Amino acid sequence: MSLIVNGEAVALPSDPRVSLLDHLRETLHLTGTKKGCNQGACGACTVLVDGERILSCLALAVQYEGRSVTTIEGLAGENGLHPLQQAFIEHDGFQCGYCTPGQICSAIGMAAEAERGVPSHVSADLTAAVALTREEVQERMSGNLCRCGAHNGIVDAIRATVAAEWAA
Amino acid sequence: MTPFSYARAGDAAEALRLGAAGATAYLGGGTNLVDLMRETVARPEALVDVTGLSATIEETDGGGLRIGAAARNTALAEHRAVRERYPMLSRAILAGASAQIRNMATVGGNLLQRTRCTYFYDTDGSRCNKRAPGEGCDAREGFNRIHAVLGASEACVATHPSDMCVALVALDARVHVAGAGGERTVPIADFHRLPGDSPERDTVLAPGELITAIELPALPLAARSTYRKVRDRASYAFALISVAAAIELDGERVGDVRVAFGGVAHKPWRALKAEAALRGGPATPEAIHAAAALEFADAAPLRHNAFKPALAGRTLAAVLGELVKGEAA
Amino acid sequence: MSIVDTVKQGAQGLVQGAMTKLVPLAPDSWIPGGVPDPLIQHKHGLIGTSVSRLDGPLKVQGGAQFAAEFRFENMAYCALVYATIPRGRITAIDGAAAEAAPGVVLVMSHLNAPRMNKPPAFGSSPNGVGPADLTIFQDDRVHWNGQPIVAVLADTQEQADHAAALVEVSYAPEPSTTSLAGAKANGIAQGLFMGQPLLNEIGDAEGALAKAAVKVDATYRTPRHNHNPIEPHAATIAWVGDELVIHDASQMVTQQAQTLGEVFDLAPEQVRLTSPYVGGGFGSKGLWDHQVIGAAAAKMAGRPVRIALSREGVYRVVGGRTLTEQRVAIGASADGRFEALIHTGLSVMTPHNNMPEPFILGTRAGYACPNIKLQVEVAQMNMLANTFMRAPGEAVGTFALESAIDELAEALAIDPVELRLRNEPDKDPTTGLPFSSRHIDTAWRDGAARFGWSDRGAAGTRREGEWLVGTGCATGTYPYYRMPGAEARITLRRDSDGVRALVEVAAAEMGMGTSTTTAIVAAERLGLPLDRVEVAYGDSAIPGAIMAGGSQQTAAIGAAVIAAHNALVAELLTLAGNDSPLAGLSAADVGSEEGGLAKLDDAARRESYGSILARAQRDQVTVTKAGTPPLELMHWSMHSHSALFCEVKVNAVTGETRVSRFLGAFDCGRILNAKTAASQFRGGIIMGLGLALMEETQFDERNGRIMNPSLAEYHLPVHLDVPEIDVIWTDIPDPHTPMGAHGVGEIGITGVGAAVANAIYNATGRRVRDLPITLDKLL
Repeated sequence: MSLIVNGEAVALPSDPRVSLLDHLRETLHLTGTKKGCNQGACGACTVLVDGERILSCLALAVQYEGRSVTTIEGLAGENGLHPLQQAFIEHDGFQCGYCTPGQICSAIGMAAEAERGVPSHVSADLTAAVALTREEVQERMSGNLCRCGAHNGIVDAIRATVAAEWAA
Repeated sequence: MTPFSYARAGDAAEALRLGAAGATAYLGGGTNLVDLMRETVARPEALVDVTGLSATIEETDGGGLRIGAAARNTALAEHRAVRERYPMLSRAILAGASAQIRNMATVGGNLLQRTRCTYFYDTDGSRCNKRAPGEGCDAREGFNRIHAVLGASEACVATHPSDMCVALVALDARVHVAGAGGERTVPIADFHRLPGDSPERDTVLAPGELITAIELPALPLAARSTYRKVRDRASYAFALISVAAAIELDGERVGDVRVAFGGVAHKPWRALKAEAALRGGPATPEAIHAAAALEFADAAPLRHNAFKPALAGRTLAAVLGELVKGEAA
Repeated sequence: MSIVDTVKQGAQGLVQGAMTKLVPLAPDSWIPGGVPDPLIQHKHGLIGTSVSRLDGPLKVQGGAQFAAEFRFENMAYCALVYATIPRGRITAIDGAAAEAAPGVVLVMSHLNAPRMNKPPAFGSSPNGVGPADLTIFQDDRVHWNGQPIVAVLADTQEQADHAAALVEVSYAPEPSTTSLAGAKANGIAQGLFMGQPLLNEIGDAEGALAKAAVKVDATYRTPRHNHNPIEPHAATIAWVGDELVIHDASQMVTQQAQTLGEVFDLAPEQVRLTSPYVGGGFGSKGLWDHQVIGAAAAKMAGRPVRIALSREGVYRVVGGRTLTEQRVAIGASADGRFEALIHTGLSVMTPHNNMPEPFILGTRAGYACPNIKLQVEVAQMNMLANTFMRAPGEAVGTFALESAIDELAEALAIDPVELRLRNEPDKDPTTGLPFSSRHIDTAWRDGAARFGWSDRGAAGTRREGEWLVGTGCATGTYPYYRMPGAEARITLRRDSDGVRALVEVAAAEMGMGTSTTTAIVAAERLGLPLDRVEVAYGDSAIPGAIMAGGSQQTAAIGAAVIAAHNALVAELLTLAGNDSPLAGLSAADVGSEEGGLAKLDDAARRESYGSILARAQRDQVTVTKAGTPPLELMHWSMHSHSALFCEVKVNAVTGETRVSRFLGAFDCGRILNAKTAASQFRGGIIMGLGLALMEETQFDERNGRIMNPSLAEYHLPVHLDVPEIDVIWTDIPDPHTPMGAHGVGEIGITGVGAAVANAIYNATGRRVRDLPITLDKLL
C-alpha cells in the first residue's frame, strides 16, 4: 500500500478519510501544496497525478495507491528552478504566494492537455488543433483562483514558457 | 467526515456485492461525494471505489457510443467521436467545473451530482427536505436565485447542477444500470426525478444499484449541436441557465430539433413542448420565443429567479439562431 | 476604529490635543516631511526600478512557510462548532459522543474553558486589536449566527472534524435583529469613529441643491463582502513553559501578540508571535476568536494546537465588509461647477463593534464645492462584527460618488473627465489644508490619451455581434497615512568582504512586496548593494509596532528607517573617533554612500563602514529608533488618486458583462518598486472588478446566517474574467513623505465599481445603482 510522491514511494494513510492534500501536508510535511478552500473551488491544492492535474483536496489518498504524484516540491531540477517557476518570478505572477504552487502545477498539466488536443470551453472549433491564445490560457486556468490579482502575470508567465514550449 | 471503510472493486460484480450492504456509496472521482461527506451531508459507512470499472468509450452496433461509467469527464469531452458527432456533449462537459475536476470526475458520478442549494449544504443551520426529509425547506423563502422555476414542489425547489446531463437529455442517452436483480436500461429523461414529496431521491436508482455505462444513440442531427451556459462569471461557476440544442432544417422549416435546459428544474429539463411547437414551423426568433414561452408557461418563479424563463427563451433563440446560421452557411 | 482615526488618534495623543490646532499652522520645516527626504533626489539608484520579489524563489517552490505549516511535537488539531442562532443563550452542550470519539483530546466550551480576559477591542487602546467588545468562551451568550461556541481537539484533523459534528447544542433564542428594515426600525445613530462623527457640513447643501440648474439625486447600494484571501486563517500554537508561542497569519504582529498577552495575563515578552508569510489578508488577517480559542485549548490540553479554519469557518469567524445604502446628490451650474455635494447614508454594524463603513472618506477631499454635506449613519444588527476590508469606505463610497458624477456628466452633456477636472479643488474642501501632492489632472490626461478615451461614443451606440460595447471612467482615491509606533533596528555586521546590514521591522508581508521594497529602500539609504541587505519582519520579538493596514506600512517603515539611519550615522561617527577622515563632523553633515559615510558636500572625506568598525574593534553595531510622530497628517491634506478607464462588453442576449479593457493611471507619489507596485494596482483593480460584477456575501435576513460560505458560491473573478490591465503612474514624489512615496495597497480597488458601472451604462443605456451588477439586472 503505497503511492509515489516526487519519485519516492510513501505509505498510504490508514484512515481512509485522509485526503491526498492532508496526507501531503500533515504526514509527509510537503506543505508546498496549499489548502485554500477544501471544497474543490479554488485550485490551490492542484497536484499532478501521472502528469494530470487534479485537486488533492477532493482526492482520498487511499484512492491513489500506486499512482505517481508530483507536487510543487518536485518540479525544480538539479539545475535549478523549472522554467515556469522562474517565469512566475520574472512576470510577478504572484503576490502572497499562496495560490502559486497550484497555479504552477495546474499550468504544467494544462500544457499537456493542450498538446494532447483537449479543447476548451472557449475553443471555437472543437476539432481543430489547440492554439494557446491568451483567452485559451485564461479559460484553462480558471480553476485556479488568485485573490491578490496576479492573473496577468500568471498568464504571461505561462505563455512565455510552457505554452510557448510545446507550441514551438 | 464520518468514519467509513474503503474498498476497491475490480469489476461490476464485485462492486455490486460490496455495494449491497446498507449505507454504502459508490465512489467515482470523489469531486462531489467527498465534498458532501466533508460537509456531513453524505455519511456513508462504506465506500466502494468503482473507478477501476470500465472506462471504455466504444462504438455500438447501432452507430452510437457506449461510455463506461468510469470514463473521466475529460476523456469523454476530448473523444474524437464525441467532438465530431455530439459536440453539445463535449461543450457541456467543458463548460462545467474546472479542468482539474473534469480530470477526476467520472461520467457515472456526474449523473449523481447533487444540488448546489446552499441550504442543502448547511447541515447545522438550515432546514432542507432533501437532506433531512420532513424538516422543511429554507430555500423557498431564502436565497433562491439558482433555484428551480419548473417542476418544483412545496418540499423542494432545488436544481440539478450538471452540465453534462443537460446534453445527455437532449441526446436521448440511455443509462445502463446493474443491481442485485440484474441489469436494466433507463432513458436519461427518466433517470433524474422531480422532487415531489421525496426530494431526498434525486434519481430512480434503487439502493445498491450501480451505473455501468451511458449509451448515446446514433443521432446525425447532433453533429450540428451546441451547448450554451449562462453564469455569474466567465468560467468555473454553476449555470443560472443553460441550453443544449440541436436543429435540422427541412428547407425553411424546422425538420427536427432537440432542446434541453439546465438550471431550471430538479432534473435536466427536456423541452418537449418547445420542440413540438418548433417542428415543422419556421426557425425564426419569434417562433423560438413562442416555443420557449410555451415551455415555461407553467413556470413558478421564486423571489430571486424570476429572470430565468425570459433568460432561457432569449438564450434558446440565440443558440438555435446560431445553429441555423451555421447550417445555412 | 478605522485606520484613519487610529492614525489621527495616535498623532493627537502624542501632541496632547492642544497642538492639533497648531500643527496645521506651523512652518513646514517643523513638520516631519517638511524637509524633503534626500532619497527623493536619488534618481539613479534602485528606487523606482523593477525588482523581482526577493522571496520569489521560495514561494514558487512551495518553500514559504505559512501559519498552518509550522509543526510542534505532539500537536493536536482543533475543529470548531458554530452557533446556529443569531442571539440568545446556550442552554446545554452535549459533548459526550464527541469525547468518546476516537482520538479526541478535549471538548472545550464556556463550561470548561480557562478564565480569560476580554481582548481589548480594536482601537480601544494603542495596541488592542480584539475582534469585538466581547469575551471569548466565557459565558453562555450567543451574539451572532456562526459564533464559535465549542472547540474539539483530537490527534488528527479528521478526528477533530468528525467529533465536532457529534456535539449537540441547545439554545434559548432571544429576540434578534437580522434584517436591514428591522435594524432601521430600531433606530439610526450618527456614525462615529473614536468619538468623531462621520459628518461634514459646509454651507447649505440641500438649499443649494434645490436651486441648482442641473442636479442628480439617487441612492446606491452595496452588499456585504468577504476578503477571501486564498489562505484560510490559521494558527499553530504552543505553550512553552509560561510563554505563548503562536505562528499566525497576521497583518498586525505586535498588536496581536500584545492583545493575546492581555487575554492571558502575560507580560509582553511572554508572547512570541511570528508571521513570516501571510497568504493574503486585505484587512482580514487580524485577531479573531480562533487564536484565543486555540491558545486556550492548548493550555487546557497541555498540548500544542493547530487551529486552521475551514473556508466556512472563515466566513463564520472573520468579519467582512458591511453593507451600505448611500445617497449622492450633486447640484451643478450649467457649465458643470458643483454647487451642492451631498453624500449621506447608512451602514450596518453590531452592538459589539464600532466600524461603520466610512463611505464618505473619499468624498471629503474629492471635489471643490461650496456646499457640502457628508454623513454616515449606522444601524445595528446581530451579526458577526464587520471589519475593514481593502479601502474601507472608499471602495464602496467611490462607487456611489463616481457613478453620480457620471450621471451628472450625462445630464450636463459634458465629458465626464472634463467634468471632474472642472471641479478640481485647490485646497482640501473640508479641512482647508493645502494638499501635499495632487496631480490627478496629470493622471487623467495621461490615462485618457493612452486609453483612447476620445473615441468614446454616446450610450448604447456600439455593438459587436451579440455584445454591446461601452467605456466608462471614474476617480479612485485613498489617503496617505502613517501610524505612530513603527521602529526599525539596523545592525551593520562586518564579514570577510565588507559589511552586511540587517534591517528589522515588526511589519507584515502579505504579498504587497514589503520585504523587497524595504530592502531596496534600506540599501539605498545605507549606500549598500541590495544583496548586502537582509530584511527581517513578521516577528513580535522585533521592536516597535507596525500595521499592514491603511496602506501605511511602507511609509511607517520608511520613517523608522530614516530615524534609525540617522542614529546609525551618529553612532558610527562616535565609533570613527579622531583618526577618521570624518573626525569632527556632526551627524547632520554626513550621509551614507557606497558602503560608508561621507561628508555631504565633500565626498572625498569618507570612510567605509568596515573600516570604521574595524578600527573601533567592533564586529557589529546596532541601533533601534522609532519614526517621528506623523504630524504631517495634520499639516497637509495627503491623498493618492487614480484615473480609471474601463471598457466592457455586455451581452445583449444574456446580460453577461465582460470587462475587455482596463487602464489605471495613478498619482501615488514616487513608486519604489515598479514591478510590485504594478501588481498591487492590478490586484486592487481586479478585486474591484469582483466588487462591481459578482461579489456578495449572502446574509439570510431571517436568521442572520451567511449562506454562501464557500469559494464556489461566493464568486471571485477567475482568470477568464480578468483582462490585461494597463497601469501607469505619474511618479511625481510627494515632497512631504519618506522617499516621496505613498502606499499603493488600497487605492487600486477604489473607483473601480463606478468605472465598470459607468462603462455598462455607456454600453447599454442602463444605470445600475445596486452592486453587484449581475446579469439579471441588465436583462
